[in-house]
Amino acid sequence: MLNIDRNLFDIGRMDTLAMGDTPLHHLDPRAKLMTTLAFIVAVVSFGKYELSAMIPFFIFPLAQIAKGDLPFMYLLRKVMIVAPFALFIGIFNPLIDRETLFRLGSIHISGGWISYLSILMRFALTVMAALTLIALTGFNTVCLALEKLGVPRPFVVQLLFLYRYLFVLTDEAARLARARSLRVFESNGMGFKPFASMVGHLLLRTLDRAQRIHIAMCCRGFEGHIPILRPMRFGIREIRYMTFWAMVFALLRFYNLPMQMGLLITRLFT
Amino acid sequence: MHMADALISPAAGGAMWAATAGLIAYSSKKVREEMDDGKVPLMGVLGAFIFAAQMINFTIPATGSSGHLGGGMILAVLLGPYAAFLTIASVITVQALFFADGGLLALGCNIFNMGFWPCFVTYPFIFRPIFNGPATQTQGRMLTGAMLACVVGLQLGAFSVVLETLFSGISELPFGTFVLMMQPIHLAIGIVEGFVTAAVVGFVWKARPELVTHDSNPTYASPNNMRPVLIGLLICAVITGAALSWFASANPDGLEWAMFKTSSHEELANPEKGIHASLLHLQKKTAFLPDYGFKADGAEPKAEAESTPSWPAVSAGTSVAGLVGGALTLFLAVIIGLGLKRRGNHSK
Amino acid sequence: MSHHTIDAKDLHYIYPDGTAGLNGISFHIGHGESVALVGANGAGKSTLLMHLNGCLTATQGGLSIGGYPVTAKNLKIVRRSVGMVFQDPDDQLFMPTVFDDVAFGPLNLGFPVAEVEHKVMQALETVGASHLCKRPPYKLSGGEKRAVAIAAVLSMSPDILVMDEPSANLDPRARRRLIALLKTFEHTKIIATHDLDMAMELCQRTIVLHQGMITADGPTIGIFQDDALLADSGLEKPLGIQNCPRCGNRCTG
Repeated sequence: MLNIDRNLFDIGRMDTLAMGDTPLHHLDPRAKLMTTLAFIVAVVSFGKYELSAMIPFFIFPLAQIAKGDLPFMYLLRKVMIVAPFALFIGIFNPLIDRETLFRLGSIHISGGWISYLSILMRFALTVMAALTLIALTGFNTVCLALEKLGVPRPFVVQLLFLYRYLFVLTDEAARLARARSLRVFESNGMGFKPFASMVGHLLLRTLDRAQRIHIAMCCRGFEGHIPILRPMRFGIREIRYMTFWAMVFALLRFYNLPMQMGLLITRLFT
Repeated sequence: MHMADALISPAAGGAMWAATAGLIAYSSKKVREEMDDGKVPLMGVLGAFIFAAQMINFTIPATGSSGHLGGGMILAVLLGPYAAFLTIASVITVQALFFADGGLLALGCNIFNMGFWPCFVTYPFIFRPIFNGPATQTQGRMLTGAMLACVVGLQLGAFSVVLETLFSGISELPFGTFVLMMQPIHLAIGIVEGFVTAAVVGFVWKARPELVTHDSNPTYASPNNMRPVLIGLLICAVITGAALSWFASANPDGLEWAMFKTSSHEELANPEKGIHASLLHLQKKTAFLPDYGFKADGAEPKAEAESTPSWPAVSAGTSVAGLVGGALTLFLAVIIGLGLKRRGNHSK
Repeated sequence: MSHHTIDAKDLHYIYPDGTAGLNGISFHIGHGESVALVGANGAGKSTLLMHLNGCLTATQGGLSIGGYPVTAKNLKIVRRSVGMVFQDPDDQLFMPTVFDDVAFGPLNLGFPVAEVEHKVMQALETVGASHLCKRPPYKLSGGEKRAVAIAAVLSMSPDILVMDEPSANLDPRARRRLIALLKTFEHTKIIATHDLDMAMELCQRTIVLHQGMITADGPTIGIFQDDALLADSGLEKPLGIQNCPRCGNRCTG
């Protein structure tokens, strides 16, 4: 699981992106969060053989990436990293559903392939939307938005703490793993016993750290409540942003734009 | 066993979101009531620990593959069910947001599958009774408890994945195949997880016995205190059923509730009928809710599906149009994106 | 408050597992004094510091800060007047951003928002870290983390600063900067450290701990020149007053 190392690096990069300075970055996180959720719901609500109608939805992540000055190739790579799961589960569709749905010349295209492509497209759209949300907003800010939207405080505080200590603890674990790998040679040092004691030690140290943090919190007046100052303003810009995208999603959801356009064009040529 | 957004329907995702949100709210309330300030940083740091511990792996003897800590049961042992559930939920949320492991809509499903079973079912009803039983707590009892709790928890979780996927109807995977694929894999994972949990808990037990032996919430295991959780679950199930049947009847063609779709497939000997039958059978067996919405739905679309084709009738002409139009929109979307980018750069 | 004093009378502390942490410690630290607390690992330095803010309570004997005995009742007053900087800044910087962290204390003390913002910026300016305001703590260097941890304490306007190993894990330049910063503070200071050279620069007075007891308490220079005492307490003369390793001559006086 050493790729967690690299993934963490990625998290750092996402946080850097979130410190950008475009109007999208400054938008109230609640607006961005809710719009992204609306987008995901709109996308996954399509029927399973729907393909062309979903394509226009790419406009949302692409517009965000462009307006937010995000690195497209980097985000695309991140989507690709997690793609195998959808590729794997989806591949059963063409194997099982072999009923021909339509013909393209002499090629018979089965429903399974269409639904497979549909799964992949949903996957790309939803993952991209989630990634752009984080890259534009930053994890901590998304958490604070969650709280303002009514998510219980203990859960939000839990998220913030987890995120904060993710880096500290993975660093510690990486040091442990490295120290072991330097001394394993060919014997069975990678076995279960040393593993259990390493994880156990890490856990004990983690528990001690939790205690120290608690003391540090108490020293600064902690009495069970974590105060966070983060004024959020839900103004006209947020309303404009949300209404705009809500209308776009509704339009694209109920009118198959590509189909209409395609019909128009094919009619021109026939 | 993270589910992805692409494979679930809004109704299934939404219903599981509701269930999970309820559990989070309830657990938050409980944690707040416990009034243990020290738990605030402890939960957060343990969540990070779960990530960190996954960087340390070991070689599984005789297989050549490697295993690592999953963590749900350890959290339950150290924190008690409510705090552990919140911690697992936060771990899965971070995975969803950063590693794009699972998705936002699937978050409810994932938290439920991986958090609910270990925290509220196998920890209180399997691990604690075995570990705390009448005799003294021993390493052997702990191993048995941890092993059983992990295996059962993962089996339940894996089965939930299968059910949620089937109800969503996006994947064509037949029920039987999916179950046969998921359950044995998760049996193996569960056994490894059981050993790891027992070993790590055993380690902590030796060093800091008070953390393990004390029951972090001694009263919750009594049936009385589990009642709100079970009632909450019952309500969620009713809502799920209601939502699904409503969607199925109100919006028969837009949202295609293909879970019971029985349009025949010539090549295969009606695998879907198999799913349908086994699902119905299963429901009869597991019907903890007598008037579960599915039973009625199950029969309805069956009749409907026979008369209407599975997709709004498609002629060759419209499909070509769809392809052409699709390509065009994609092109347009890219152009608009590029345009926005250029304008953005320009204005700087 | 003008009495930024610390009085310890015969402090004893026994850990729950039975090991003795402190074995009868008494001292008085006056207003504005700067005191180094030195001793080998396990001598009881950290245990003593934990008493100063009421995180541990003495099993026997008493402690008072600015005239208030450290008891559960006075805990709030005591914690307000004693600012504690921990050894590992990662334990202390637990909030999402530097700003949130420095604001944590004042917000808990119930200051109005505008005043909190002012206090935070002022504290960050004092330690020269205002530009780090919006950064998450995990993206800071060791020196920056230490500076922010100090700011997080300064924002509560404490009377007494207690520091555990402030120069640990710092590179030479960051250490130098820290020493310069601490020199500017007029608070009563207690610095637990293994960095005896820093202790020489910052503290006129030194308390030597050994096995939970005070083995020496007096002017820093005198103590650091007492070879026998240092050896008994598991310490070593600071480099600054050792003979030059190359020529064997005393370089400084």
